[in-house]
Formats: sequence, structure tokens, C-alpha cells
Amino acid sequence: MLEIECPWCGSRDQDEFSYGGEAHIVRPLSPENLNDREWGDYLFFRDNKKGQHAEQWCHSAGCRRWFNVIRDTVSYRIVSVYRSGDSPSGDPS
Amino acid sequence: MSGARRLSRGGLIDRSRSIRFRFNGKTYTGHPGDTLASALLAQGVRLFGRSFKYHRPRGIVGAGAEEPNALVQVGEAGYSTPNLRATQVELYEGLSAQTVNGWPSLKHDVGAINSMFSRILPAGFYYKTFMWPRSAWMRYEHFIRKAAGLGRTPEFPDPDIYDKRHIHCDVLIVGAGPSGLIAALTAARSGARVILADEQAQFGGSLLSASSTIGGTRAVDWVKKIVDELRTFPEVKLLNRSTVVGYFDHNFLTINSRRTHHLASGDSDPRMSRERLWRVRAGEVVLATGAIERPLVFDGNDLPGVMLSSAVTTYIRRYGVAPGRTGVVFTNNDSGYQAAIDMAWAGMKVVAIVDSRRSPGASVARETEALGIPVYKGHVISSARSGSEGLNRVELSRWSKSTGELTAHKGMIDCQILALSGGLSPVVHLHSQSGAKPVFDSRVAAFLPGASVQKERSVGGCNGTFDLGDCLREGVQGALAAANARGFSATGVDIPATDHRQHAPIEALWEVPANILDGGRTKKFVDYQNDATASDIRLAAREGYRSIEHVKRYTALGFGTDQGKLGNINGLAILGKALNKEPGDVGTTTFRPNYTPVTFGAIAGRNLGPELFDPVRKTAIHPWHVKRGALFENVGQWKRPWYYPRSGESMSDAVNRECLATRDSVGVLDASTLGKIDIQGPDAAELLNRIYTNGWTNLLPGRCRYGFMLGEDGMVMDDGVTTCIAPDHYLMTTTTGGAAAVMGWMERWLQTEWPDLQVYLTSVTDQWSVMSVAGPQSRAVLHAAGCDVELDSESFPFMSMREGKIGGVSSRISRISFSGELAFEISVNANYGMTLWQTIMDAGRAYDITPYGTEAMHVLRAEKGYVIVGQDTDGSVTPNDLGMDWIVSKNKDFIGKRSLFRADTLRSNRKQLVGLLTDNSKTVLPEGAQLVNSPQQSRPVPMMGHVSSSYYSASLGRSIALALVKGGRTRMGSTIFAQLMDDQIVPAVIVDPVFYDPENQRSKS
Repeated sequence: MLEIECPWCGSRDQDEFSYGGEAHIVRPLSPENLNDREWGDYLFFRDNKKGQHAEQWCHSAGCRRWFNVIRDTVSYRIVSVYRSGDSPSGDPS
Repeated sequence: MSGARRLSRGGLIDRSRSIRFRFNGKTYTGHPGDTLASALLAQGVRLFGRSFKYHRPRGIVGAGAEEPNALVQVGEAGYSTPNLRATQVELYEGLSAQTVNGWPSLKHDVGAINSMFSRILPAGFYYKTFMWPRSAWMRYEHFIRKAAGLGRTPEFPDPDIYDKRHIHCDVLIVGAGPSGLIAALTAARSGARVILADEQAQFGGSLLSASSTIGGTRAVDWVKKIVDELRTFPEVKLLNRSTVVGYFDHNFLTINSRRTHHLASGDSDPRMSRERLWRVRAGEVVLATGAIERPLVFDGNDLPGVMLSSAVTTYIRRYGVAPGRTGVVFTNNDSGYQAAIDMAWAGMKVVAIVDSRRSPGASVARETEALGIPVYKGHVISSARSGSEGLNRVELSRWSKSTGELTAHKGMIDCQILALSGGLSPVVHLHSQSGAKPVFDSRVAAFLPGASVQKERSVGGCNGTFDLGDCLREGVQGALAAANARGFSATGVDIPATDHRQHAPIEALWEVPANILDGGRTKKFVDYQNDATASDIRLAAREGYRSIEHVKRYTALGFGTDQGKLGNINGLAILGKALNKEPGDVGTTTFRPNYTPVTFGAIAGRNLGPELFDPVRKTAIHPWHVKRGALFENVGQWKRPWYYPRSGESMSDAVNRECLATRDSVGVLDASTLGKIDIQGPDAAELLNRIYTNGWTNLLPGRCRYGFMLGEDGMVMDDGVTTCIAPDHYLMTTTTGGAAAVMGWMERWLQTEWPDLQVYLTSVTDQWSVMSVAGPQSRAVLHAAGCDVELDSESFPFMSMREGKIGGVSSRISRISFSGELAFEISVNANYGMTLWQTIMDAGRAYDITPYGTEAMHVLRAEKGYVIVGQDTDGSVTPNDLGMDWIVSKNKDFIGKRSLFRADTLRSNRKQLVGLLTDNSKTVLPEGAQLVNSPQQSRPVPMMGHVSSSYYSASLGRSIALALVKGGRTRMGSTIFAQLMDDQIVPAVIVDPVFYDPENQRSKS
């Protein structure tokens, strides 16, 4: 079970969190201008990274905040944790 | 006679007290300190089970978790626990145990006939023989399983309680042998928070059966001294009878503590949990799990009387049991000699030490020579033979290490006990579970811990260090490193003096060649519990299996309660030889949690039943429904009244009555379970606009609107009515089951994609009680209940909301209808829910107001063609599929909109919602029934769709159904066929899904 540092509450067991898939997938501003392939890329296709992977987690049994985690998918080491809207270095983007 | 006896001296048992217990229906006695295995061994019991496949008689091999044969079921009725190792079961007064693997009886086993057929029961036999025809496998499997044994499921509820605890520590030390104990002391003195866990009742590990000294004192006295000091530290937790069974990510480990297993049922506090599962987040972990001895692989190595040499030592030194009168040691390393020394100490006649090497270590050679024990160097035991009571003689042969062949037959040696030492396998299980890869080291002929990937280190036996002094040194060093990593400055502990011994290295011997004279009719067991032999593994290799993971599954090597603790290393080395690979290149199978079996009770803990496993939610009006005799339906976690049968009424009687009452006069439904989300903020309407498919910017305060929300894939996700309370305040209702998901869905969009929107969401599902008063007399009932709101259609039109009082209770009243009738949905503070329900019931008496449940609700809405998300949709249905394009805005973007224009969602032959009328008006189609164009088609018959909702409609006097049918809207009036499970074929005509009041006159009246 992972130990995840919620940027609002601190370290908690994975039990308190839910996983939200890859982070930084921005919803297209004008979906109607995308062709089927482009919309399909946004909708269905995700990186399946071996190594450092940016992903979204929600502290669903805690503060219910969504935030971002960079996790190594091989070692499961959590490289960094940052709030939604921030960049991985922790600075507001 | 087995020749076994209890020694008059030695051991850690209390001879002054006797314990009576039962084994296979017979009464025996033992002493405090005994295990079931040691007590039975002392009384001459040799036979402990029948083997899995060949039903060969089997005896005790080991003295701990590795025991493959002596599996027992302990306790009666609800207290019964299957598949415990007799070597780990502590005796208590009145204990009752049965062998699990001797069906139908231990002495005369019908399964032993398998032994005669053993040549036709090779690896994969069951699969090869019984997998075809496939349908027969189910039948065969039943009998195979029964013949194969492995315990009985307890037939009664478990009366014990189990619990879990979460705990943090700086240093977790696994194993309280010499390395673990001194590691714990080192870490404790540094001030770190320490947990020391050991699977045995007593701390000490191998020292409990050691004859050596530490620091000039007996090993057990040194153990006591260390444990006494450890008890003085408030931050040190000592867990005995506690097995660290799992090592998971981020240094999360689980410990299974057995708290009352060793007590007679009357001796434990009933409030105390029987087992506890500790969930530990450890800063650093020191693994001191020791090593398990390997058997040697030769013909007949499974006979009762063949044991691990370390087990022989343990029974003699720790339990004061001589397991026989005469013994032989067969070894390929120095540690086997200890058993010979101990057997001699116990007064047994040690006939020979057979060492496959040419040069044993100087220390053991000296000691055994002093005892006058003959040592056959460069020899092997090539076969073991049995009499009626198990092993009675062994065949001695000379062998050539270079050719790997037997070179001379040296005759038979009589003996009752054969002590085997094939080398020590470090217990790398937890290290491997942590994600690290053990690596093979030919110097110790075993797998050692590889590079750590988590914050763990191995010390002592589990690190391939077998000299006592070295183990203590490693323990101190490991604990220092762990404590330092946690920021504690530790000074260390002085290493006490230990006997200095000169060792000679092990020489790997994975399999003893068979005597040519035997003509290959030998049985060399690699895995005792699964009856996997060396030839099974070679057969697997011949049949093309290369990976040890596949060979494991083909031969069953390494399955069962011991998970290959004895057999795996020998097995993979034998596979390696067949494939011309080194053991290190074959690799191990994956070590998975749990290290030893864990009961379901411990895993479940207190998360049982409706209170803690899955909470039950009840509405404020629930007691009224119960009193009225309602039957309940589970909707998500909610209990909803299903229907209210009167005495003598069948379900259909009751549902028909409830439906007719609502259509003809007035009914009332407890709708409190619908999800309710309070949405406030200047951008509330904008959020609704983006989430729902229809437009929301023009909804005025006091008006309600029905909405659909889609996933980004364009599929219907949820629906419900949302009411505008003020320009910046809305109340959304969701489906009962979808409430939490919808709340989470909107929160996620707000936080991750639209943080600029100023909106706040609050779940208010539990705060409001909601009842729907429906039917032509509903207006009259509200009047009679003292409603102070004008109810006529002019001042209170359909799809609007008014706030007012009913019987003095502040209410929100909405004119919305899921039944198709004139209806008022009343919401009140949940604390007033019951009061208002009662008020409505009293006011409605004159109109014979009828409470109706979810079944009638379903019928009423199906008559109207209203869909239920999750019943008439399944995550692959768009609004267009439901014929509801009117709810999809063309003028704005919303979640899922773009997907409605994908080629697939625009397809004309998508499944579309239609109504079905069966030719026979009494036939109610089963929901889920598949629909086909013609019953006479050749197979596979193309499926055209399925029935999603189906009921008998009392109002219409016939059955109705909703279905999703490919291109259904273009097929109105045509016939389709439902193909039922019992091969019945039911024709039905495709019709419009609205069966009742298609002009919507009634709800607007």
C-alpha cells in the first residue's frame, strides 16, 4: 500500500485516496473543431509509461481535493506531489 | 515400534505438568512447551497424513512453518481451523485435532491405490485426462479434490472476533533469533520506536534448540537476558506468535498475531480477539528471518522417519524427544553433523553420517570422531526403504561427484530416523515480496537477498550467514544502519563471545542418482505436499516447459500451505540441470504474500456484516415502512420499500393494487434516497450548463428542469431534476445509486478543469426527506394536509417549485412526476420526515391513499416510457439511442457532446429504445432476454438487442416491456423474438415506448 503525501493534509495511506489516471490531459477548448482521431486521442489514449508518470489522485476519504503525483511505475517511488494547477517543481505554473 | 521416546532431561518443556489432548479420536498427553508434533512424536506417532496424489504415508519432516506433511484441522464446529502445521500448534488442555489428508482413514487409505498406478499419474495427469470433455471436468474435480484432501471448511459461523491495528515504527525487526534479538536491542538502545515480531511463542529462534553458548552462558539464558532488557523500553513492542506475512509497497507490512490459539476455549477472555492483523508502516525494516533446511532428493526420501536434520535437533534439544532409537545423517554440508551430535546426546545409536563431500569441516569432523560416529565421505544414500512403520533401512552408495553417477553399492543400513541436510535456504520471502530479486550464490548453494529496493536489509541466516558470531555482528550492524537512517545515533552493542568453528563449504547436491538396478522405478520427491517428483520436473522440461513459473503450474511444485519452502530450490535446480542452466539462471518463482496461510477471519477483521462491511442506509420514514410490512429492495446502500403486501397478497397482487390506486386516486412514495446536491455560487448555472446536455441559463427561480448528464464518451451517466431556488442556488437530484459518483464527477471537473468557476457543492441527500404524492387526488390530499401554497395549475404549474408549510412543517413542494400522474414531491428537513409522512397519510385516508414501493414506481414509469439510468442504459447508450434528442442542446458545449458526433454514435443501426408488446398479453418477458429476428436462423444467431424493463401493467391490463433493439425506431410494428433460457421463443411487436397517456395530459392537469 502506497504512502501518499496529500499536499493539503500530509502523509496518508493509499486507502484514503482514489486514482484518477494520467495528469495534465487538458480538455480541448473547442471540441467541435477536432476531428474524430484528435477527439479519440483526448478521450481514450493514455501513455503507459515505464518510469516517471504524472497522475491524478484524489484524497477522497479526506479533504476530497484532487492533486498531482509523479510516481515511478517500476519502483512505485513517489517522486513528487503537487497541487492541481501547479507544476511538478511545486511552483504555480 | 517407532523407538521414539521422551528424554528424561533437556528441552524447554515443563515435565511436571501434563496436558491431555485428542488426535484422530485418540487421547494423548504432552507437556507445556510442546507442540502437537513434538508431543505425538514423543508417543511414537509416526504417520501424519497421506500424500496429495499417491496417498503415500507421510510423517513429520520439519519443526516449523516449512512442515509439508503434518497438516491438521484443530478445534470443533465454528472454532475449527483447517490446515495448521502440527509443528506450530501449541498444546493446550482438551485440544482436538485431526489429520486433514487421510481420506477416508490414515491407516487404510483407498487412495493408496494411486501408488500402484503412479507410473500413469505423471505431472499434468489430471489436466491431460480430465479436461475433455470440458463439461466433465466439473464432475471429476469434485472427486479429485475430495481424494486429495487439504482440510474441511468449517460448517458453522466463527464465534471468535478478529481485529486489525495500524501502527508506525522506526525499525521493524522480523524474527527474534540471534540476529533479530541483538538487532532489536541495538535499535532500542538508540531510542528508536521498535517492533520485534516472531512467529513462535517464545523468542530465540534457532537458539531455542541450540546446544552452543553465547557470552559464556547457555543460549536460552542469553535470550532471556536480551528479552528482559527489551521489555524495559517503552517504545519497543514485542510481538510473539506474530508472523510477518506480507511486505508491500512503501514499507507497509502486515503481521498476523495469533492471540488465543494456544488457549483452551474457556481460558481466554471472550472479548479478546483470536487473531489480530497489524498493518505496519515501518521506517526501516531489518529482516532476520533465518533459513530453512532443504531435504535431499533421492529414492524414497518421503518415508515417515526421514526428517530435516535441523528438525531432529529441535525435537531433541527443545522438546526433549528422541524421534527414534537409531539414526543416520545424510548431508552435503557441515550443519547436518549437528543432528548426529544431538542424536548421540539423546542416547540414540547414530549408525552413520553419510557426507556427499570428500572433506567435512574440521570442527564437526573432530566432534563426531570423538563420539565414535562412522562418517562415510564421498557417499550418498541412494534409496530409503520402509517396513510397516515407515523407514527401516537405507541404501548406502559411493558416488562420483565428477560423473554424477553411483560408483559402488555399499549395502543397506538399518535405521529408524534419517536426518537430511541439503543445505540451508535463506528465508528471502519478505525481501522478494518487497520487490527485490534474490540472487543465486554458489558458495552457499542458495539464493541470497539481492539489492534492496525498499528500506530493508537482511541479517543473519536469511542473508546466508550461518556462523553464530557472524549472525550477531550482522544483527548489530543492520540495526545501526536502520536506526541511523531514522536519525537516531546508536552506539551499538558489544558482540558476546561464541564458539569458534572451522567450516568447510557446502557442495551442492540437487538430486542423488538412482541405482541402475532399480530400473528407474524410483520416487524422488521434490515437493512432499504436492507429490511433485524429480521425474515430473524432467517430464515438464521434455514437454517444452522452460520457465520455472510454468513448471510450477504444470507439476504443482511449490503450491499448498508450505508454498515450496522445502522443495522449490531443489526443484528449480533439477529443472536447471534438465535445461542445462545454472540455478541462478532459472531463477525463483515469485514470492507472494502471505508467508504462511492467514485465516479469512484475520483478513476480514471487524469489517463484517451490515454495520461495518457495507453500511446500510435507511430513510427517516423507514420504521413506518417496516411497521406496514413492506418488503425492501437494496438500492446501492439504501433499503427502499419494494412493495407493501397486505395479508394473503402475492407480490403481483400488491404491485397491481399500488399501481391502480395511484392511477385512480392517490399513492405516496418515499423518495428520500434520491441523491441531492446543493449547488451555490455565481457560476452555478454555468456549471449545470457544462454538465447537463440541455440548457440551464434561462431557468428561473422556482422552476424545475429534467437533465441528462453524459460521460465524455457521450454515454448517459445519470439523470434527474434540478430546481432553481435562486439565481445562484440550485438543488440537483441524482439517481439513488449514482449520487456519490455524480458529486465526485462535478467536484473533479471543478477542481481540475474549471477552477475559475465559483461554485460550491454540498451533498444534502441525508438532510432532506422526500415523498412523492402522486395521482389525481394528490392535490386534494395536500389541501387536506393543510398546505398553505396555492395548488391550482395556474399559480403552481407543472415543473415548478414552491416553498410553504404543510401541517406547519416548512416544505419545498415540486410539481414533478415520475409516474405520469399529477404529483407533488414534498421535501422537508429529514427530522420532520416521519411527521410529515404521517400527516400526509392521515390527510389521505379519505382518498384511500396507498403507499407504493419501488416495484410499482418501476411499473408506472415504464408505462410512461421513462428510462431508469442503469437499467434501460448500460454505459453504451446515448440520448439519441433513447429517442431523447430533444434534451440535447445544439447551442452550447457540454461534457460528452463531441462524442455524439463520432462515426459510431451516429450509426443508424445502434440499439434504440422501443416498447415491446408480446403476442400473448399475459406473458411477461424476463428482463435481459435476448432478441432475435427469427427463431429459425442457423447458429450463431445474430442478437438484435435485449429486454431492459418488463412488467405486467394493471392499468393497461397486459404485459409491457422496454427494449434496446438495433435500428428499433425504424422497425415499429414488426415482430421480434425473445429467445429464453428454457428454449422458449416469445414473439413480440415493436411499438413506441410510451404506453400510457402519450399526450402527458395527466401530469399537467
